[in-house]
Formats: sequence, C-alpha cells, structure tokens
Amino acid sequence: MSNAQRLHHELETALLSLNKVATRRIYKDSGLTPTEFAEEYFMPVLDLIGAKWERGEVALSQIYVSGRICESLLNELLPSDGPELKKTPNIAVAVLEDSHLLGKRLLCSVLRAGGYKITDFGQQHLESLVIRVQSEKIRILLVSTLMLSSALRVKELRRRLDTLGLKVKLVVGGAPFRFDEQLWQEVGADATSPTASGAIAIVQRLSREVHGENI
Amino acid sequence: MKTYNSMQRVLTSLSHQEPDRVPFFLLATLHGAKELGMGIREYFSRAEYVATGQLRLRAKYRHDCLSGFHFAPQEIEAWGGEVIYYDDGPPNSGQPPLGRMDEILHLVPPRLEDSAGLQRTLATLRLLKQNSGGQVPILGVVISPFSLPVMQLGFATYLDLLNERPDLFRRLMTVNQEFAVQWANAQLEAGASAICYFDPVASPTIIPRELYETTGFQVAIETLARIKGPTATHLASGRCLGIMELLARTGTAALGVSSQEDLAEVKAAAAGRLSIIGNLNGIEMRRWSPQEARIKVQEAIAKGGRGGGYILADNHGEIPWQVPDEVLMAISDAVHTFGNYPLASDTAP
Repeated sequence: MSNAQRLHHELETALLSLNKVATRRIYKDSGLTPTEFAEEYFMPVLDLIGAKWERGEVALSQIYVSGRICESLLNELLPSDGPELKKTPNIAVAVLEDSHLLGKRLLCSVLRAGGYKITDFGQQHLESLVIRVQSEKIRILLVSTLMLSSALRVKELRRRLDTLGLKVKLVVGGAPFRFDEQLWQEVGADATSPTASGAIAIVQRLSREVHGENI
Repeated sequence: MKTYNSMQRVLTSLSHQEPDRVPFFLLATLHGAKELGMGIREYFSRAEYVATGQLRLRAKYRHDCLSGFHFAPQEIEAWGGEVIYYDDGPPNSGQPPLGRMDEILHLVPPRLEDSAGLQRTLATLRLLKQNSGGQVPILGVVISPFSLPVMQLGFATYLDLLNERPDLFRRLMTVNQEFAVQWANAQLEAGASAICYFDPVASPTIIPRELYETTGFQVAIETLARIKGPTATHLASGRCLGIMELLARTGTAALGVSSQEDLAEVKAAAAGRLSIIGNLNGIEMRRWSPQEARIKVQEAIAKGGRGGGYILADNHGEIPWQVPDEVLMAISDAVHTFGNYPLASDTAP
C-alpha cells in the first residue's frame, strides 16, 4: 500500500467514525496546502464513501457527518473568498418546492470540501429560482428534490431557463432520480448523480464545458 | 382449491402458508381522488371522500386491503407543523415545528381530539369498517417515534441530535412514543385491522446498524409492545437486509421492502420470521407499459411468493399520482393470472 493509499484509508476511517481530530492530523501529516488536500484527499475519499452508500455499505448519516467534518476543516483553513478556492463559473445549489433540505446540505458540504465556491439558494419556488439564476448569472445549477412531483417540475424549470436564453447547466439529484435512472433525461437535466459526492466530478466536467463555451 | 376472502388470504400468507393466491396491496392513497373526479386537497378534506375512494379502488383493482391512511404530514400538523398541498403529489410537510433542539425539553404530545386531520382519518377507518364486513384487512399507519423527528426538527438537525444529544433524543422518544401508541391504538379502535409502523430512519440506507441497535431498535421494541394489534414495519424504500434480524426481534409481523434489494434474498433472510411486502418500484412504475408491469409482477411473485409470507405491493407504501390506471390494472391482472397457488414455478416439470 502506498503512502497516499494508506492516508486515504486512514481518512476514510476517521470520517466514518466521526473523528475530527484524526482528520485534522491526517491533513497536517500530508504536508499539502488546503486546496491540494481537498483535491487529493477529501474529494476521492468522499467519492469512495458515496459509492459505498450506493452499494448499501455505509449510511446516509455517515455521508452527512463526513461532509460536515471536511467542510468545517476547509472553512477553517480557507477564507470564503480566498485565492485558494477554485476559479469556476458561478455555481448555485437549490431545493425545488420542498422543505426537506438534507440533500442540499450534503451537496454544499461535499462541494465546499472539494474547494468549490457555491451559492446556497435554499428552498425555492420555480419562479423565484429562475429570477435568481438570471440575476446572479449562474452557469451551473444543482437542484435537489425529494418528492416525485418536485422532480417533474424540473422540466418546467428547464423550459423557463431555455426560453430566457440562459445557458445554465442543470444537475439534478434526490430520491426520485435514484429510483428512476431515466428521469433526469426526461426532465431535460444535463447530469445527475446518485450521491452528493458524485456531483464533484460532474461539476468539474461542466465547469470545463462552460469554460470552453466562454472562449 | 378453496377460495379465500381478502382477510383469510392475507392472514394465511402472514402465517407463512400458501392461500389461494398471492395477496396484493395496492397502496394507492391518492388515486381515490381521480375516481371521485376531484383534486387531492378536496379529496382529503372529508373522511367520506377517502373512504369512498378506497372502496371504489378496491372494487376496480380487486386488491386485498383498504387503507385509512391520508398522508404522513397529517401527524406533524397535529404537532403544530404545516402541511403543503400539491395538485399532483401527496401533501408534504413544511417548516419543522421545532425550531431549536432545546424546545424538546418542553414538548408534550398533542391530544388526538384536538386534531381535525387525525379525526378525519379515524372517521375514514370507521367508514371502511362499516363497509367491509370484516372480510378485508384495513390498514392504519403511524409514523414511528424514531422517524417522526425528521418532520419535527428537519433531517439534518435530527441527525445532529442523534449523534450529539442523547439526553434530548431520549426525551423526544418518550414524548413521541406516548403519541404514537395513543394514535395507533385509536386507529385500531376505529376499525384498523393492523398498523403500519412507518420507520424509514431505521433503514441502513439512513443510519448505521450499530446506531439503530442502540436507538430506533429499542424504541420499536417498546412502542410495538404497547400497540394493541398486529403491526407491519415499513422502511419506505430503504434497505433492510443489514438489520433484518433486529427487525424480526421488534415484534413486528411483516416488513415493507425496497426495490433496491433482491426480493429472493430478502425473503430468504426473513426466513419464516417476517412476512415480506413489496417491492415494485413505484417511481419507475409511472412509465411502465402494461407489458412491463406484467413482467415485473411475474418476477416478484417468482422471487417472493413460494410458501406464503409474501404480499405483493409497491416498495414505498404510496403509489405516485402519476402512475396511470392502465398500469395499475395490468398489475392487478398479472397478480390474478400468475399469483395463483401452487405457483407455476412449483408445478413445472
């Protein structure tokens, strides 16, 4: 086992056992900058934990706490607008027409742990969400849903954004999209992920695409 | 072969024997509104509407239960929470009524008689009992004391409470148990034949087994022992295999299982200790063709049906509004065609 593999394993164990002290020690031992540590350790380990959840090997509560520990350490090490944060298009996260916020909170935690600067729109109705996307020039919008009726409303969201000519990459997630793997395409989203951590790779890819469109 | 009525069919299967055919629960809580030609909010405004809707659905689809359940946030409304209605889905809970964890210290259970919503459910159960002649199981539902806090506090705050505040958690469980026991027993008295103990947080999808064993498992044992009738536990699409042996020790008779686990594997793990209810994917069901529905039912019966101890149903306990009638009819036709005992797979050479 390489040193990096050993540290990945140690970090996973620390996160799953809710051990903040061990997480901080692993960061210090790595000798990396906060952003490097986020990319080389937090992101792959959170992804691994997400994949284990998908296979039924860990629980949602462990993903939630792991994300919170990573986010909290990174918030402490990096100022919110510091130069170390990634340079990305404007990214926002929202819950569409629902009061269940856990999915959004997971997303915020893992993306911030991955060094991304994101705007949390909180709970939004369709109308208010479109207005905020337009006024804040959002290019990547991640929408979390719990109810099937809310998930189906994404289709109308896509239509409104397109009608306004807004070039927004739409990423959807939540239970309805996990239980019906074709639903994200049906509602006109650009991507989906069964786990919050899976959203990191999607945001990386979409950021590159948006960057390409801007050239 | 002797023909059973729905009550006999379900009870025989729950005792792990084969009745005349696989029992079938169509848990279509919203489709009654379509039958009555009204919107969802109006439908739930009167017990007579829901009872009529349930009876019409059973006459149409020939399934083996009636349900007095309206919608989950009806309970949270009794605790002072908000219910938000939708035109195309079940009512949802709004902002959690407990704004801060320390409000738990002063929390008292609501009185059933003060809640118009809960009274409507009790009236629905009385009407269903009057109209079923004791030949059809009537289901009542209670959100478990362990899972209700998701709506009382919000999911993230509840997970924080579970991990960080055992003192407040214990106090909340005591208060919630008092309510759940009262609410379940009132439903049994009104006409429910059994109570569905809705406990999604118990699932290993949501919390680790070790945490469940020291929290929700103990709560379930204590609560189910005080409910004066049979219970079935439902994990609302969450996985169950990791805690099957604990669930079997809670005193529950049956388990609602997820489409994300293999039904044959679940049935084997339950092994005569628990009956299995499920596990058609309700979300996918929306876009099934009648032919696909027929195949899914055949697969489920082949995996779960042998030896009884199995009731065919969806995996969540609530079929989405968007599922077309023709799919529901195809499911029903398939159960009546392929669900007769002895099953074809048992008689094949």
